[in-house]
Amino acid sequence: MEDLEAIVARALAEFGGAAEPAALENAKARYLGKSGELTALIKTLGALPADARKAAGQAINAAKERLEQALEARRGELAEDKLRAQLAQEALDVTLPGRGRGRGGLHPVIRTWQRVEQIFRTIGFDVADGPEIEADWYNFTALNQPENHPARSMHDTFYVELNDADGTPLLLRTHTSPMQVRYARMHQPPIKVIAPGRTYRVDSDATHSPMFHQVEGLWIDEDISFADLKGVYTDFLHRFFETDALEVRFRPSFFPFTEPSAEIDMRFGSGPLEGQWLEISGSGQVHPNVVRNFGLDPERYIGFAFGSGLERLTMLRYGIDDLRLFFDGDLRFLRQFA
Amino acid sequence: MNVPESWLRTLVDPSLTTDELAHLLTMSGLEVESSAPVAPEFSGVAVARVLEVARHPDADKLSVCQVDTGAGRVAVVCGAPNVRRGMLAPYARPGAQLPGGLAIKVAKVRGVESQGMLCSARELGLSEDHAGLLELHADAVPGSDLRVTLALDDRVLTIKLTPNRADCLSILGVARELAALTRAKLREPDTAAVAAASAAHHPVRISEPAGCGRFSARVIRNVNAAAPTPEWMRRRLERAGQRSISALVDVTNYVMLELGRPLHVYDLDKLHGPIDVRYGRRGEKVLLLNGQQVEVDGSVLCIADDSGVIGLAGIMGGESTKAEPSSRHIFLESAFFYPEAIGGRARRWGFASDASHRFERGVDFDNNLAGIERATRLILDICGGEPGPTEDHVAQLPSRKPVRMRVARAQKVIGIPVSGEEMADVFTRLRLPYEWEGEAFAVTPPSYRFDLEIEEDLIEEVARVHGFERIPAHPPRAAARMSPVPEGRRSLHALRERLAACDYQEVINFSFVEPAWEADFAGEQNPIRLLNPIASQLSVMRTTLIGSLVANLQYNHARKQPRIRVFEVGRVFLRDARAADGPLAVGGLRQPLRVGAAACGPALEEQWGEATHRAVDFFDVKADLEALLAPRVARYEAAAHPAFHPGRSARVLVDNAPVGWVGELHPRWQRKYELPLPAALFELDTAALEHVPVPRAQVPSKFPPVVRDIAMLFDSGIAAQQILQAIEADRPPIVQQVTIFDLYQGKSLAPGRKSLAFRVVMQHTERTLTDAEADSARDALVGLLTRKFSATLRS
Repeated sequence: MEDLEAIVARALAEFGGAAEPAALENAKARYLGKSGELTALIKTLGALPADARKAAGQAINAAKERLEQALEARRGELAEDKLRAQLAQEALDVTLPGRGRGRGGLHPVIRTWQRVEQIFRTIGFDVADGPEIEADWYNFTALNQPENHPARSMHDTFYVELNDADGTPLLLRTHTSPMQVRYARMHQPPIKVIAPGRTYRVDSDATHSPMFHQVEGLWIDEDISFADLKGVYTDFLHRFFETDALEVRFRPSFFPFTEPSAEIDMRFGSGPLEGQWLEISGSGQVHPNVVRNFGLDPERYIGFAFGSGLERLTMLRYGIDDLRLFFDGDLRFLRQFA
Repeated sequence: MNVPESWLRTLVDPSLTTDELAHLLTMSGLEVESSAPVAPEFSGVAVARVLEVARHPDADKLSVCQVDTGAGRVAVVCGAPNVRRGMLAPYARPGAQLPGGLAIKVAKVRGVESQGMLCSARELGLSEDHAGLLELHADAVPGSDLRVTLALDDRVLTIKLTPNRADCLSILGVARELAALTRAKLREPDTAAVAAASAAHHPVRISEPAGCGRFSARVIRNVNAAAPTPEWMRRRLERAGQRSISALVDVTNYVMLELGRPLHVYDLDKLHGPIDVRYGRRGEKVLLLNGQQVEVDGSVLCIADDSGVIGLAGIMGGESTKAEPSSRHIFLESAFFYPEAIGGRARRWGFASDASHRFERGVDFDNNLAGIERATRLILDICGGEPGPTEDHVAQLPSRKPVRMRVARAQKVIGIPVSGEEMADVFTRLRLPYEWEGEAFAVTPPSYRFDLEIEEDLIEEVARVHGFERIPAHPPRAAARMSPVPEGRRSLHALRERLAACDYQEVINFSFVEPAWEADFAGEQNPIRLLNPIASQLSVMRTTLIGSLVANLQYNHARKQPRIRVFEVGRVFLRDARAADGPLAVGGLRQPLRVGAAACGPALEEQWGEATHRAVDFFDVKADLEALLAPRVARYEAAAHPAFHPGRSARVLVDNAPVGWVGELHPRWQRKYELPLPAALFELDTAALEHVPVPRAQVPSKFPPVVRDIAMLFDSGIAAQQILQAIEADRPPIVQQVTIFDLYQGKSLAPGRKSLAFRVVMQHTERTLTDAEADSARDALVGLLTRKFSATLRS
């Protein structure tokens, strides 16, 4: 049986030396194939005496099993080597940029618009929008600004060539306040709404655009006071600018549609605008004549309204100092807000 | 309103610094926008008299002056052309510091020693005047500090008054407010009557008592109208922003600024017959003091005499009767005109005057005589003359009914329990006469307040004088009602996010555009025009977003942006005679919200690993539109649109209703608007995107799908959508999905034919399909297409 050990040793050496699956399979054929050396040994068993045959058979079978195991292991190794080589070859420069379509973005004023909506929705405000070519009645008269009222000169109004049913020229709304009246006439108290949108005034320079955006706010119920206005708007500014290091002051002012009226100023506690009072909004308790034009009894219902410039909020939030950038459509500017 | 602090402090002088005073006024509703010093910092400058002027030996334009500095005589070299013997001028002595840090030293000027410098107004930062030395008034005393002589340590408060506070359009008004806020004593100007020295008078008739409530007047004879305005008055006027004109006009302006009492002075000799206050008559014209000739009508209150209209009541006097330095006898008017009779009139002619500004807002109807007396005193002091009696024509004065304010109502509106006593104190300080019945006040507004008519007006006074700062900010309590947005409604913000995710950048364009854009991109010759546009290229309301979007492409292309993709959400404005007024609608037009997008340049950003740099086309943008609409699926109809390439333009339909357009920009517009590559755009009504179905789920089949591909030849003119719709209408039940995966048109096909390849996915919900079943379904589809479209299988 010396022969068997030698065959096994040779076979194992050849298996181990096979660098390719094909070489390994050839080696397998030489030992375990139909005419392989081990197969040839098995064929010799029949010539042995019965008692020797059994022992020799067992030895050959054991050897065959060893070889088959070795073969399997070597196959695994070779497959593993092959995969490794493939992976190495397939390695990428993973720092190259991704491919395909890019991503656009929202306009910064719209970004502010969304945030304002989102903040006021958290305390249950509805959101409304309405016509931009507006009737004189909604823009002025219903808001306690009859014709020839001096406050009308505060707005430089764009008029269009169409008239309303009374023959009064239609206009481009000078503020979002007409939406107070429209919304309130469609709903019953408690009325809680903000109305963001486009507004227009005859004015054009570095700090005025003939078109701009406002957000109107209105809360009417049986007991909504000036102190409530202070609470809600102060909270809003803290949330919008995401800091409590922000002073807010309410300064007596005049608007025909509110009384008492307040101009709201704010002052940052840090940053480039630190220490400066910045006008941020007009506000006040809704004037009883206006509440009457809502179709409500001012004895029973009171509440506040405010109107803020979305561009102003956007400029302060993102450090923009030229209003015209908003309306140029310059991608180099706008892409910063993607 | 410009208020010189020194003038204000002559009437009320609380112990507050300028800043404290400004803050207090601001926080009570008189916003102080700025408090600017009247002169910059400088020192060492005094009054000096020029004694001798000699030519500089070595310089033609310089002179050597002997100057009395009050402390002695010095030599000063001076280059000013107006220097002359005897004049008084500012003298900066050696050691003086001029504005901007210039230090004055003894210096040789072209070889002659100069002991300091004589100064122009500009060198002292007092004005831009650099024509010569600042000539000082004859009363100035050599040696006295110039800052004291000219009262330069003063500031001007610029107050931004709200239209309701006409009572503060004067120094007295602001002083009255400040006295109320600080409890400091108010010293009113002396308006004691000046006795008549003659019986001279001029008749006045008030034909319109509802427009002119009162007309007080006085004749003053033999004035020296050419007398100079005194220095102190000129200074106050100038600091208050009023240019000095002539002594008589200056006096009327002074009284207006001081008391808030507009006056007008006429040359008595130029009046023809009695003054009549009446409405204008159509066709009457008057040349105003500002040089403007205006035509009046029956809505304009006028001052007239026998010659016709000689001035616009409460707005501006006329040229024909104006007082001039040569005038001898004058007639003073101190009238009250109702705000309703004046409001808005001057604006019609595009101007406003100090008088109209005040009368529109309300002028005290109880200080007419005070104003006349004050002016008479000043005129006599400056111009001399013999006053006639003051005549007071009272027609009909505004009524001042008591206004009731309930304590509880005020507390409810303000939101804090301000006590009745505190409210009473506010009224006392504001000098508002009141009756207090414990539960309510009855306040009688004074003649100078036109903003106290209803309860809220008084609540506002209480709140602001009590102090807005003292009202706490407390968030309200409210019922916690949920108010979610319905799942089936998509917000505009969600649409915006989708377009941003499709690589579009949002823009915001003006709603008014150039008329040519409307003609080019909408074929609209008659858009809604603005009556008062700021520029012709912003003169019509847009009926489409396309023009603005093309302009965005053009703008960014000009700035070397190779690939541009923009979108906008905004309203368009369409005439519609049938549209009625509604809760959210204005009759005569529709204002739908649209979403529009435009793309130009490579379909993909230039990047590594992508070999083709194909320009964006119709189908790229259509895919973005489909993504925006999903889960809704639109239908598309080839149709012509003014903006688009006629063969690459489609109407978009949702639920069979047209909702918008998609197309490639017409090559003509591409050229005209200077775009380097074709652009593709779409525009949709957002209403079509708002509603989305809430999903109804179905269980997917457990059995394997079978896929069959079919390639068939069609006439080129048959639209893909037509074929897919026919399949959809008639497909065998096991056919789950049919998609077009290839289009071929080429030489190997007969002319006018195209090949479309369909992938057909089949599946049964309850069992595995057999090949025979799949083949028969495929054959059914082939048969259908053959029948309907004369299609043939491609071999």
